[in-house]
Amino acid sequence: MTLTSAQGEGFETGRERVSPSACPACIAAPSADQIARKAAQEAGARIMLSLPTAHCAVCISDVERALMAEPGVRSARVNLTLKRVSVEAEAEVTAPALVGVLDAIGYEAHELDPGLLSATENDRRGRDLLMRIGVAGFAMMNIMLLSVAVWSGAEDATRDMFHWVSAAIAIPTTLFAGQPFFKSALAALRGGRLGMDVPISLAILLALGISLFETAHSGAHAYFEAATMLTFFLLVGRYLDYRTRAVARSAAEELAALEVPRATVLREEGEVVVPVGELRVGDLVRVRPGGRIPADGIVEAGHSETDRALLTGETLPVQVTPGAVLSAGEVNLTGPLSLRVTAAGRDSSLHRMADLVATAESARTRYTSLAERAARAYAPVVHLLALGAFCGWAWGTGGDFRLAVNIAAAVLIITCPCALGLAVPAVVTAASGKLFRRGLLIKDGTALERLAEIDTVVFDKTGTLTLGTPRPQNLDALDETSLSVAMALAEGSAHPLARALHAAALASNARPADLEDLREVPGFGIAARWQGREVRLGRADWIGAEVGQATATHLSIEGQLPRTIRFSDALRPGAEAVVAGLKAQGKSVWLVSGDVEPAVADLAGRLGITEFRAGVLPMEKAQLVTDLSAQGAHVLMVGDGLNDTAALAGAHVSISPASALDAARTASDMVLLGQDLEPVAEAARIARAARRRIKQNFAISILYNVVAVPLALSGLATPLLAALAMSASSITVSLNALRLR
Amino acid sequence: MDVLIYFIPISLFLGGIGLLAFLWTLRSRQYDDPKGDAERILSDTYDDRPKSD
Repeated sequence: MTLTSAQGEGFETGRERVSPSACPACIAAPSADQIARKAAQEAGARIMLSLPTAHCAVCISDVERALMAEPGVRSARVNLTLKRVSVEAEAEVTAPALVGVLDAIGYEAHELDPGLLSATENDRRGRDLLMRIGVAGFAMMNIMLLSVAVWSGAEDATRDMFHWVSAAIAIPTTLFAGQPFFKSALAALRGGRLGMDVPISLAILLALGISLFETAHSGAHAYFEAATMLTFFLLVGRYLDYRTRAVARSAAEELAALEVPRATVLREEGEVVVPVGELRVGDLVRVRPGGRIPADGIVEAGHSETDRALLTGETLPVQVTPGAVLSAGEVNLTGPLSLRVTAAGRDSSLHRMADLVATAESARTRYTSLAERAARAYAPVVHLLALGAFCGWAWGTGGDFRLAVNIAAAVLIITCPCALGLAVPAVVTAASGKLFRRGLLIKDGTALERLAEIDTVVFDKTGTLTLGTPRPQNLDALDETSLSVAMALAEGSAHPLARALHAAALASNARPADLEDLREVPGFGIAARWQGREVRLGRADWIGAEVGQATATHLSIEGQLPRTIRFSDALRPGAEAVVAGLKAQGKSVWLVSGDVEPAVADLAGRLGITEFRAGVLPMEKAQLVTDLSAQGAHVLMVGDGLNDTAALAGAHVSISPASALDAARTASDMVLLGQDLEPVAEAARIARAARRRIKQNFAISILYNVVAVPLALSGLATPLLAALAMSASSITVSLNALRLR
Repeated sequence: MDVLIYFIPISLFLGGIGLLAFLWTLRSRQYDDPKGDAERILSDTYDDRPKSD
């Protein structure tokens, strides 16, 4: 026994080496380090850019080299996992300049607001879990080494010594590494529930307790390696689960950070740029053409047009004159506007819409995931089995409680949901990684399972199936001179229709006519003189043309009849493929839009969608989704606008493109990162495959139990058997998850 | 079996070194960008000499 105590001391020093890194202060240490680093960087600028298209080694070196070549850039580092680049630079380097640099070499980049990216918090939790995995893994391997010796025939004092050393490693390790389970088990018990973590914690603690008792009484069986192995495998499952969520969360934060919200306020001292959150009622805000209206307000000065597509779905710009009431989220198109703020922040219409979403979300029946359902069925069965084993053996042996407790513990350890804990996270990690590579981001853990159940898909039109950018339809109806005049006029404006017209004319190799005295009349159009004649491009009522239904601009040349140039929305890439793909999977596809009937019918015809609704108000969209659900359909809603948010939140599962408004992205379960719509059909397929894998995994872990439980119940289970069953089932389940195609 | 009195501490010590190495990699943020690190090995940018910090 002197030998044993010497080993005990030897271990103590070993443990001291471990514990410093385990103390809370040390977990906090990296963040303190980070704060220090951040402070050091304050002198210069730290710029974060999102790089949605980066995917390979060449991208990394291209981007880093291009950025490093910029004067003033101190360092640039691409993070491919997060698809971001962080740049440290002198204060005079600006993000738009760097975006321009990357654009020139063919990489799409967007500025990110570093303040909104709470990477530190995510990192700390992830690293905390990783550290526990490391400690558990270290302990597991060492104990296994000793256990193998015991299993291969170590006896008497040697076996006892091995058990004691194992105990000295296992007890502190499991108490430290198992904390995530103990905490959530406690929380579950307090809430009166039996989650997956209660049987887990019970199994770990019982295994430790029994083994310690057996060791003290020179027993043959100790389950120390089972306890640490259990902790290790379950922590891996927990980490995978966390990792999927963290990647999704950080990308979601990134989307929010994409809109660096600032407003230009006119004060006595001149123009001041302030964060939108600091706007007050009564402030006079200046909105330049192309800018988004930061808060609700009344126009005091300026003529312009605004694009309300994100709020209402209508593609036609709305004319704005002094006295007009504007809502936050509209985009100012042609002229500068001065806006008196009437509601800001919490009270603005954007936020009221967000509240509407919150109500819709809470109304959505809470989805019980497969894992939850499995845990709910599983926990009572396990506990009853263990109790039954205890009672049965206690009665059968006439009161041999030591044996009965031993067998009950063996039952608990063997049935412990090692594979069950990995079954869902392993598949979800594989599936969401696959979808992420295709440009689809899963924000909600159960979204994948819900996506597997859909049978109806509802699409929004503007900005979802279409890009929201117009394209002229009847340019070939214009003769060459008119086209060159129209092109020259269009060149002078930033209005989306004018820009689209100019781009299309450029593509058809037209040359702009020579114009004089070019001037933009905000809210109406552009006028100029051409060969001594007055020429105009703009609104129908200003030109004197007939006001039509479709999106159009009008050209007048003095002495000629006004011409109408009609526009249609450009299809989003992959729109045809996604509709065809979903139909091939047997889903019914709907098109619902707030836009006018002809535009919607035209698009539906082009895509082969038979079910469509036009002129739908936001509430009606949500109602339609609710009605479909009431008829038993599982609806996938794909939309981008503020008018879609209630429908997005109310649907069984929802997807929005990255170009969508913040509120819409928040309301949806998945976000499409690229321009292409096609991953949506792919996602539906992968989701079904993933659900199949999850169910297979459950079947595998149940199969192991079917074999092992009778052995445990009959008292034949040994620690070796428990270890084999546990690792074999965990590994099979993980490998099965990797088979996902 | 007396040799165990040396071997067990040695095995624990070696394992401990492994654990400390793992904790060091964790603290020096080597798991922040696994995908990027996997790709970076293919780039020949720093093949001649390491990056000067």
